[in-house]
Amino acid sequence: MEAEAAKFIGAGLATLGMIGAGIGVGTIFGNFLSGATRNPSAAGGQFTNLILGAALTEALGILAFVLGLLILFS
Amino acid sequence: MASPMEQFKIHQGLQLPTVPLPGGLAVDLSLNNSIMAMLIAAGLVIAFFSVATSRAAVVPGRVQLMAEGVFSYIDDMAAGIIGPESRKFLPYVLSMFLFVLSMNMLGLFLAFTATAQLAVTATLALMTFLIVLIVGFARNGANMYKLFVPAGIPWYMLLLVTPIEIISFFLRPVTLALRLFGNMLGGHVALKVFAGFVFSLASLGAAGIVGAVLPLVGVVALTSLEFLVAFLQAFVFAVLTCVYLNDVVNLGHHH
Repeated sequence: MEAEAAKFIGAGLATLGMIGAGIGVGTIFGNFLSGATRNPSAAGGQFTNLILGAALTEALGILAFVLGLLILFS
Repeated sequence: MASPMEQFKIHQGLQLPTVPLPGGLAVDLSLNNSIMAMLIAAGLVIAFFSVATSRAAVVPGRVQLMAEGVFSYIDDMAAGIIGPESRKFLPYVLSMFLFVLSMNMLGLFLAFTATAQLAVTATLALMTFLIVLIVGFARNGANMYKLFVPAGIPWYMLLLVTPIEIISFFLRPVTLALRLFGNMLGGHVALKVFAGFVFSLASLGAAGIVGAVLPLVGVVALTSLEFLVAFLQAFVFAVLTCVYLNDVVNLGHHH
C-alpha cells in the first residue's frame, strides 16, 4: 500500500473517536431534556452545567478531529 | 477550486519593523490578516461599550440595555460558579468572553476567523492557565497540593487519583485551546465543503443547478448553526475559565 493511501485511511480511522463524543453529548442533552420536562422550574438553573458537560465531552471528539487533521496535513 | 483549508492561510500585509524589548525579546509589529481580524474584533467590543456607556442613565436606553444584558449574564454565571468573590475575576472573564465572541462572530462575516488559528486560542488558554496558577499560589501558597489530593479519600485510592488529577490539571490549557480551535476550524471547513458542492453541482448544467439547491439549503442551515456555535464556544470558554478559577479560589472548602 502506498504511504499516501495509508495516510488517508489513518485520518479516517482517527475521526472514529468522534463516535464516542457523539454518544456522550447525546446522552447529556437527552438526560437534560428528560429531567427538564419532569421539573421545568429547575431546568433554567442547570443551563451552565449542561453546557459545561457538553463542552467537556465534546473536547474528546475535537481531539479526534484534530488528530485526523494532524495525520492529513503533517 | 481552492481547498477548504485555504481560508486559514496567513497573508502578510503591512510590513513594520521589529521592535526589541528589554530582556532579549522582540516584537514583530507587521500586520497580517490574523492580527487585523483580532484588532477589528477588539475594536468592535470597545466601540460597542463606549457607545453604550457614553450616555449612561438610570433608565437605560436600547444600546445600554444590550450592554447591561451581556454584563449581567456573565456576572450571574461567574457568581454562580465562583461565589461571592466572583467580582474580582469578572473583568478577565468578561473581556475574554467578549473578545472570543467577537472574533467568532467576525469569522462568519469576514473571510478570516482568528479563533481558527491554534496560536491565538493557545495564547488565550495559556493566559487563563497562568492566571489560575498565579491566583492559586497567591491565595493558597503551599496548600496548592490539595488540588491534587481530594479530601475524604482513603490513602490507597490517592495513589490512583493523584496522578489522574495532575494529568487532567495540566491538560486543561490543551483542551481549552483545542476545543475552541477545533470547533471553529471544523465548522468553517464544513461550510466551505458544502459551498463547494453547490459550485461543482451547478457547473454540471441545468439538472445540476436543480440539484445544487439541496447543498445550498445545507449551507444556509449550517451558517445559522455556526452562529450558535460561535456564541456557545465563547460562553464555554468563559464558563471553563470560571470553573478553573473556582478550583483555586475556593480550594478545600465548597461554598
